[in-house]
Amino acid sequence: MPGVISARGLRKTYGDVAAVDGIDFEVEAGESFGLLGPNGAGKSTTMRMIGGTLDRTGGELEVLGMDPGSERPQVRAHLGVVPQQDNLDEELRVRENLVMYGRYFGMSRSVLAAKADELLAFAQLEAKAREKVVNLSGGMKRRLTIARGLVNEPRILLLDEPTTGLDPQARHVLWDRLFRLKETGTTLVVTTHFMDEAEQLCDRLIVVDHGRIMAQGSPGQLIREHSTREVLELRFGSARNAAVVQQLKGVGERNEVLPDRILVYARDGEAALEEVAARGLHPVTSLVRRSSLEDVFLRLTGRSLID
Amino acid sequence: MTEVDSTRLVYSGDGPDHGDMAVRARRSGVWFYAETVLRGMRAFALPILLYAVAQPVLYLVALGVGLGELVDRGTGPVGGVDYLVFVAPALLVSTVVMSVSAEMTFPVMSGFKWNRLYYGPVASPLEPSQIALGHFTAVMLRFLLQGLVFWLVMLAFGAAPAGWVQSVLVVPIGMLAAAAFGAPLQAYAATLDDGFQFSLIQRFVVMPMFLFSGTFFPLAAMPPYLHWIGWISPVWHGTELARWASYGADLSWGMTALHLTFLLGCTAVGIWFSVRTYTRRLRS
Ligand SMILES: Nc1ncnc2c1ncn2[C@@H]1O[C@H](COP(=O)(O)OP(=O)(O)OP(=O)(O)O)[C@@H](O)[C@H]1O
Ligand SMILES: [Mg+2]
Repeated sequence: MPGVISARGLRKTYGDVAAVDGIDFEVEAGESFGLLGPNGAGKSTTMRMIGGTLDRTGGELEVLGMDPGSERPQVRAHLGVVPQQDNLDEELRVRENLVMYGRYFGMSRSVLAAKADELLAFAQLEAKAREKVVNLSGGMKRRLTIARGLVNEPRILLLDEPTTGLDPQARHVLWDRLFRLKETGTTLVVTTHFMDEAEQLCDRLIVVDHGRIMAQGSPGQLIREHSTREVLELRFGSARNAAVVQQLKGVGERNEVLPDRILVYARDGEAALEEVAARGLHPVTSLVRRSSLEDVFLRLTGRSLID
Repeated sequence: MTEVDSTRLVYSGDGPDHGDMAVRARRSGVWFYAETVLRGMRAFALPILLYAVAQPVLYLVALGVGLGELVDRGTGPVGGVDYLVFVAPALLVSTVVMSVSAEMTFPVMSGFKWNRLYYGPVASPLEPSQIALGHFTAVMLRFLLQGLVFWLVMLAFGAAPAGWVQSVLVVPIGMLAAAAFGAPLQAYAATLDDGFQFSLIQRFVVMPMFLFSGTFFPLAAMPPYLHWIGWISPVWHGTELARWASYGADLSWGMTALHLTFLLGCTAVGIWFSVRTYTRRLRS
């Protein structure tokens, strides 16, 4: 069975700039699919092409068997969209935002009255129903935008950087809501430049950079393929890191020097740390942790996800 | 806090028919978006209504009755009628055209830039063209209300002697004049990235149009080298039609056709450019 979204050689260019430079992927029904990449990787551009609000320059794209380039309103009727930048109607109240949005899908006011109550409960905004949107916190606005995206009971929910700009607590509240959706089998497509978000929310993801796919798979697979099980982080003080690295040859499988620390990739981090001590090296601080998608990205591009 | 059954929030196979939603949006999308704009105006319903009532009352008292007294005593009736009767339909047309310049500048900017209001509905089944037309429709409905109120005030002042059956036509005429200026302005505003041109439009387009479109004195009373301002001004074309409607001022069929063609033409061209600009901008 073909996926609910399938892209082949998908491209978007702005003048000379290729924002999306020939990417292929399939999203299966019910899965939570991620696009992980740094600023300017082409995540939003891809999302907007899927969402039928931006025409592609080349390649093929199918959403639920339709072409979002030529059957735009039909495709959009099936989708829920949470854009990177909130665009709630600040002159309307919280509840009205949901009702008016539902009207765009031709839903009746009576259906929407019940729907708005369900969505407010889901977004934990019941107490704010009559509040003006301007008075909501960033996290609340984000939750309201997600609720708005669900008004038409979409087949696929597109979330473009759902938690960027939120404080840790607000992020966790939001993740909890998204988990609930995931549990019900909603197909989610999530973009993010947070590796922890990708690890938590995505069953499968593509790592994108400069409009190209660098790798794809489940978070676990990607880490297994492109990194070691553990990472030893060593800090010798920024002046010494580069000099010390010569003496670390052979410790772990490989290492990476960042401005503030050295990363030693090893199957067993503790053993690597003992080896470091045995060579007479004494880092200011050391830390053993599991590999993350951040390490995968660093490995693939030589850069950090967040600059 | 009540916990919700989130399975009811998402598609389960027996939920709404999305294909049907797309069909309904295609059929009535313009109206769906107009509803939102009208909803937004409702927050300012009281000021809008007060303004709609107070403005004609103040204008008619000051210019019609006050200044009119002087004019009627000095030069004698203008255009064969009391000055109040002469100036009232023109003031109706001028005020709605002035109001449209507020509705089609900053709110359009806010749709594209400040609040990015248009970017919400573009992700729904609505098309950019429907957003442009929906915004336009809502503004026109506002002027239907404002024009009706103005007309009722005219009746109350005895300033529409043609009788209400004919004089009620000043309302659609006012709306048409507002459309003829508003539609091109909406198209222009949609091309901008910030609103600083708007005060220039106010000063160098709207004000001259208000002063030199035959509102306060016939166009013929001005030196000929200023007449062109009237000819290209929706206010003048609208005013000529409105004077016929409200007190039966002379108007040939040929001139009627000319005024209507000008106003409808400006409206059509404006709408065409708006739709094009909205589509280009919201889909790039
Ligand atoms: N309308 C546009 N005109 C010209 N270039 C654009 C336009 N939109 C995006 N780009 C360029 O395309 C590239 C990809 O942009 P995009 O917004 O898709 O990245 P992103 O992965 O979403 O990044 P971010 O994390 O910043 O949101 C960038 O180099 C951007 O400058
Ligand atoms: Mg983006």
